[in-house]
Amino acid sequence: MDWPILSLVTFLPLVGVALIAFVPADNPENSRRVALWVSGGTFLVSLLIWLNFDPTTAAMQFVEEAAWMPIAGISYRVGVDGISMLFVLLTTLLTPLCVLASWDAIKVRVKEYMISFLILETFMVGMFVALDLFLFYIFFEAVLIPMFIIIGVWGGPRRIYASFKMFLYTLLGSVLMLLAMLAMYFDAGTMDITKLLVHDFPAKLEPWLWLAFFASFAIKLPMWPVHTWLPDAHVEAPTAGSVILAGVLLKFGGYGFLRFSLPMFPEASVMFTPLIYTLSIVAVIYTSLVALAQEDMKKLIAYSSVAHMGFVTIGTFTLTVQGVEGAIYQMLSHGVVSAALFLVVGVVYDREHSREITHYGGLVERMPVYGLTFMLFMLASVGLPGTGGFVGEFLVLLGAFRANSWVAALAATGVILGAVYMLYLYRRIIFGKLTKERLAKILDMDRREIAVFAPLVIVTLWMGIYPSSFLDVMHVSVDNLLKHVETALAAAGHVNLAGR
Amino acid sequence: MSIDQIIPALPEVFVACMVMALLMLGVFQKGALADQDVKSFRLISGLSVGVLGLTVLLVVMLADRQLMAFNNMFVVDGFATYAKVLVLIASAAAIVLSAGYLERHGVARFEYAVLVVFATLGMMMMISANDLISLYMGLEMQSLSLYVVAAFQREDQRSTEAGLKYFVLGALASGMLLYGASLVYGFAGTTNFSVLADLLKGGAPSVGLVVGIVFVVAGLAFKVSAVPFHMWTPDVYEGAPTPVTAFFSVAPKIAALALFTRVMMEPFGDAADSWRQVIIFVSVASMVLGAVAAVAQRNIKRLMAYSSIGHVGYVLIGLCVANEAGVRGILVYLAIYLVMNVGAFACILCMKRGDRMVEQISDLAGMSKTHPMIAFALLVFMFSMAGVPPLAGFFAKLYIFWAAIDAGLVGVAVIGVLTSVIGAFYYLRIVRVMYFEDAEDPLDAGVSRELKILIGVAAFIICFFFIQPNLILEPAAAAAKALLAG
Repeated sequence: MDWPILSLVTFLPLVGVALIAFVPADNPENSRRVALWVSGGTFLVSLLIWLNFDPTTAAMQFVEEAAWMPIAGISYRVGVDGISMLFVLLTTLLTPLCVLASWDAIKVRVKEYMISFLILETFMVGMFVALDLFLFYIFFEAVLIPMFIIIGVWGGPRRIYASFKMFLYTLLGSVLMLLAMLAMYFDAGTMDITKLLVHDFPAKLEPWLWLAFFASFAIKLPMWPVHTWLPDAHVEAPTAGSVILAGVLLKFGGYGFLRFSLPMFPEASVMFTPLIYTLSIVAVIYTSLVALAQEDMKKLIAYSSVAHMGFVTIGTFTLTVQGVEGAIYQMLSHGVVSAALFLVVGVVYDREHSREITHYGGLVERMPVYGLTFMLFMLASVGLPGTGGFVGEFLVLLGAFRANSWVAALAATGVILGAVYMLYLYRRIIFGKLTKERLAKILDMDRREIAVFAPLVIVTLWMGIYPSSFLDVMHVSVDNLLKHVETALAAAGHVNLAGR
Repeated sequence: MSIDQIIPALPEVFVACMVMALLMLGVFQKGALADQDVKSFRLISGLSVGVLGLTVLLVVMLADRQLMAFNNMFVVDGFATYAKVLVLIASAAAIVLSAGYLERHGVARFEYAVLVVFATLGMMMMISANDLISLYMGLEMQSLSLYVVAAFQREDQRSTEAGLKYFVLGALASGMLLYGASLVYGFAGTTNFSVLADLLKGGAPSVGLVVGIVFVVAGLAFKVSAVPFHMWTPDVYEGAPTPVTAFFSVAPKIAALALFTRVMMEPFGDAADSWRQVIIFVSVASMVLGAVAAVAQRNIKRLMAYSSIGHVGYVLIGLCVANEAGVRGILVYLAIYLVMNVGAFACILCMKRGDRMVEQISDLAGMSKTHPMIAFALLVFMFSMAGVPPLAGFFAKLYIFWAAIDAGLVGVAVIGVLTSVIGAFYYLRIVRVMYFEDAEDPLDAGVSRELKILIGVAAFIICFFFIQPNLILEPAAAAAKALLAG
C-alpha cells in the first residue's frame, strides 16, 4: 500500500464534520445521513487495512511519518501491528452503528451530536494507530472533550455529575502519564514508540514510570477501586455514548498496558503483577456481586464491564501467550458484546424511557426478536461456547492457570457470578407473563434496529465459531512482545518464569 | 549622542512621538465639554491600532541582532522582539475590544486609547530594560497609565475603587522593588544588568545582594500577580471595566513576565541557586491558589483573575528551571495565553442583557443555543485553558513541564499537573453552564463585528495550533536562545 491509508481512516470522519458543519441545522436528517455515510465509508476503508495486513510479521505496518515539531523531537508517526489493527476495526465498526442507533433517539441538537461522534471516531482511531508517544497522548486525552459533551448535553438527569466525574477522573490519571512520557523522552531521547519498545529504562526509574502509566490506564480501563466513574457515566450517557464508552474507550486502558507497560517496563510489570492480580480478582468478584444487586439495567452492565476488564488485566499480566491473546480477545469481544448489550437496553429505553429492571417483565410475548437478540448477547457476555466471550475468557483462564492457579481459580468464580447476574437480569426482563399494562402495546424491533444488531450478531458468532481469523492476526505480534519481555527479564536477572 | 545610538529604540521613539501627536489630535478633535465624544474616540482608537501595527513592523525589522543604547541601559535582542510583538498585539486587541463597551457605557473618551498606548510604551521599555533604573522607569510609566485606565469609568464606584486599590498596592510594590534595587546597588555597586551578570559569575552572591534580589522578586511578583502578592488581582479585575480587565490580563502581564524573566536570567542568572527556592514557592503557591480559589467564584471576571494567577504559576515553573528550555516554555506559554485570554474576554464582552453587561457565570446559561458560535469558541478557550489536547493550551503547558522534567523539578511538575486537574473543574463549569443548562433569561443576540472577528481568529488559532506549532515554537526557541546568549 503506498497511499496513506491509516491517515485516511483517522481523518476521514473529519471530512464528515466539515460537511455537517455546513448543512443547515434545521434539517437533522441531513446530519444523520452524512454521519452514517462517512462513518460507514470509514469502516469500508478500514477493512482494506485488514485485507492488506500481513499477519506473518510483528513489525509495524502501513507506517507513515512526517516531521511535526522537530525542536522537540516529536513527529507524526502512525502504523499498526497485529495488536492495534483489530482495535481500529472495532472502532470503525461501532461508530456507524452508534449513528444508526441514535437515529430516532436523539432529537435535539442532532447536528452537534453527529459532529461529536465523528470527532470522537477520529480521536479513537488516532489513539490506536499512533506510533509517537506524544501523538498517542494527544489522542488519548482529546477523547475526553467529545465524550464530556456527549454525556453532558444528551445524557440523563444526573448527566452533569457523571460527565464531570468522568472527565476529572481520567484527566487526573493521564496528566501523570504525561510527566512519565517526558521523563521517558529525556531518558531515551526519542518519542518513537517502536524505538521506546526496545529501550531499556534504568531500573530506578522504571517502577515510577510504570506507576504513572498505571494511574492512567487503571482509571481508563477501569480497575477496582477507581472504577466508580464508569457506572455513573454509563447510566447517564445516551445509548450510543455508552456503546462507545464500553466498546472502545475502556479498551484504551488494556491497549495501553499491552503497548506500553508490558514491553517498555517489563521488570516493573513483574514487580507489580501481584498488585494487578489482587485488584483484578477484587474487580472480578466484588463488582460481579455489586452487579447482582443493581436495579438499573445500564448500571448492571457497567459493573459487568468492570468485571470483564478484570479478566483483561489478569490475562495481560500472566505474560503467557494464551493469557495475552485471551486478554486482547476478551477486549474485542467485550467491545462487541457490551456495546450490543447497551444497545439492547437502548431499544426498550427508547420505547419506555425507563431503565429500571422492575419496569419490565415478560417482554418475550410482545418482542420475540428482541428476546432472541438479547439472549445471544447475554450468553456471549456470560461466555457461552460458540460466542466471542467464551474464547477470551477461556484463554485468559488457561494463561492464568499456567501463571498462578489461585488467580485462575478465583477468576473462574467470576465466570460463575457473571452467569448468575446476567441470567437473573434476563429472566426478570424477558421471561414470565407480560402482566404490566404499560407494556401491553410495546413493539418489537423495527428494521433499523435489526440493521444495527445484525453486524454485531454476525461478529459475535464469528468470533466464537472461528476465532483463528482474529487470533492469527495478533499471534505474531503477541509472540514478539512476549519474547521481548522475556529477554529483557532474563537480561535483568529474573529467573525464566516457569518456562512460559 | 549620534543618531545610530537611537536606532535600537526606534520603535519606542516612534510610539512616543505618535502617541503625543494622537493626544494633541484628540484634544483638538474633541467637541465641547461633552462627557463622551464618540467621533474622536473612534478616530483616535483606530489610529492607535494603526500605530501599534506599524510598531510591530518596526520592531520586527530590528530583530536580527543584539543592540544596546543609552549607555547600555537599553537592549534590543530576539527576546525583546518576541515579547514586544506579543505586547503590541495584546494592546491593539484590547483597544479593539473596548470600542463597543465604552460607547455603551457612556465613557467613550479618546484618552482611553492614548493611555493604553502610553502603557504599551512603558511595557516596551520594561522589556528592553538592561538596567534597574530603566526597568523602574518603564515599569512606572506602564503602571501610572494602568492606574488611570482602571478607574476609567469614573462615575462608577467599583471602577474608581479598583483604580485606587491598584494604585495604593502598586505603589507599595514599586517601593519594594526600589528598595531591592537600592540594596543590589549597595552590595554590587552597579545597576546595570550586564555588569551585574559579570560580577555574579565570580561566585556565590553576598547575603545583602540576595536580600536585594528577593525584594526585586517581590516587587515583580506583585506586578505579575503571583501569590502571595496577588490580593489586588481579583478586586481590580472585577471592578475595572471589562475591556480594561481584558487588557490587564494580557499585555501588562506579558510585559511583566518578560521583564521578570530577563531580570532573573540575565543579571541574576548565575545566582539561580540562591533564588530558585523563592520562585518555586511563588510558582507552586500561585498554581494551588489559582486552582482552588477559582472553584468557588460566581463572577466570571473574578474567575478569570484567579485563572490568570494560576497561569502565572505555570509560567513561573519555566523560570524555576532557569535555562533555555525554561525560557522557551515561558515564551510559548505567553503567546498562547495571550490568544486564549483575548478570546475568552471577547466572549465575556458579548455577555449583555438589555444593553447592560452581566458578569455572573450563571448568566451564560443556555448560551450554546442563543449564541452557538460564541459558545463554541468559549468552549474551545476553556478546554484550552484547562490544558486538554489537541488545543493550544495543552502545548503551552507541555513545554513548561518539558523543561521542568528535563531539569529534574519533578515535584513542581507533579503539583503543576495536579492543579491543572483542579483547574479543569472550574473551566468545565463554564462549559457546563453554557451547554448543559437552559437559559431562563437569554443574553442579547447582537454581537459587534469586531468582537466576532477577534473571537473567530482566536478560536481558529487555538483549535488549529497543532497543525503548525512551529510558527510559535521556533521563534520562541530563537528568542530564548538570544536571551541566554546575551
